[in-house]
Amino acid sequence: MSSLSQLDQVKTTPWSGGRSPWSVEYGKIMMWFFLVSDAFTFSSLLVYYGAQRFSKFTWPDPDLVFQSVPGLAEGGYPLVFVGIMTFILIMSSVTMVLAVEAGHRRSKKEVTWWMVATIIGGFMFLGCQAAEWTHLFHEGFSWGKIPPMETLKHLFTGEVSEVSALQFSNLFFTITGFHGFHVFTGVVINIILLCMVVNGTFEKRGHYLMVEKVGLYWHFVDLVWVFVFTFFYLV
Amino acid sequence: MSELHTDHAHGEHAHGDHGGLGKKKIWQVFFILLALTVVEFIIALWAIPAGHMSQHIGNYVYIILTLFKAYYIIAYFMHLKYEKVGLILSVSIVFLFIVYFIVLMLIEGDFLHLHMPLV
Repeated sequence: MSSLSQLDQVKTTPWSGGRSPWSVEYGKIMMWFFLVSDAFTFSSLLVYYGAQRFSKFTWPDPDLVFQSVPGLAEGGYPLVFVGIMTFILIMSSVTMVLAVEAGHRRSKKEVTWWMVATIIGGFMFLGCQAAEWTHLFHEGFSWGKIPPMETLKHLFTGEVSEVSALQFSNLFFTITGFHGFHVFTGVVINIILLCMVVNGTFEKRGHYLMVEKVGLYWHFVDLVWVFVFTFFYLV
Repeated sequence: MSELHTDHAHGEHAHGDHGGLGKKKIWQVFFILLALTVVEFIIALWAIPAGHMSQHIGNYVYIILTLFKAYYIIAYFMHLKYEKVGLILSVSIVFLFIVYFIVLMLIEGDFLHLHMPLV
């Protein structure tokens, strides 16, 4: 009899149902799983880029392709501009995480200003990317388009290959474009979030969990950039 | 249902108080990320051009530093380090497939490197 009543007792272990076993809200778990699938997409693009590059006997030298600071210097400054872009994105990731931290304390004012800072960072990054793309377009790069041979000569350290240059061009615009699209949607979502914060939606709701979820997406965008930066500009 | 929700909200709050990232930690992680990036720049702009490091070794160093940066962003900024083990495993183990994919594509790339006409 006593053993039967033991069976009748409601179990309270994490996986016995009736509660979230990971103590994570549904939307946050779904955001994590979305990010995993998105990471797969970016991995596929970057792995394909790596495989292409690995299979070619020559490849455009990033130090020679990316050596301008649009609006300031035409050449001679490898990595400086992309360094600024990287700094902007890491900085906006920090302001986002500070917004999340302020959300934990339910300080509406602080969340608002950190979100404004994050959005400004996002716009600055997009502006830099637009400047860099414009510069490359002027050089003659685009999808399916490469500069004439005389220009290409200055972009390779070893032998010059039009096939490699074409692959580089296509993959550069596709991958940074896909990343830029993520930054753009991230900025749009951040703006919507800012409106909700200002309207007091989360005050009424009693928690700022939505800031955390949007924050996850924004950090993911930064994370992808870390990899894009390494494989396009450094390696 | 509402009882469940409030219970959960309470749990979340307690969790947030316990594991939430403080301002000090946030800036600490920021400076680690910045320092790793600066090291990458030093390698790219000084160590490799001056011949202190070969491009081949440099590439391995870049990838290792990148993985460190990724760890700091995911673990601290995305707060994954403080989540339950189940969630950490479910979003990280799947990347074994990516590792497998990388190995496959490197083998493929190596084959093409040897067998494609030089164009």
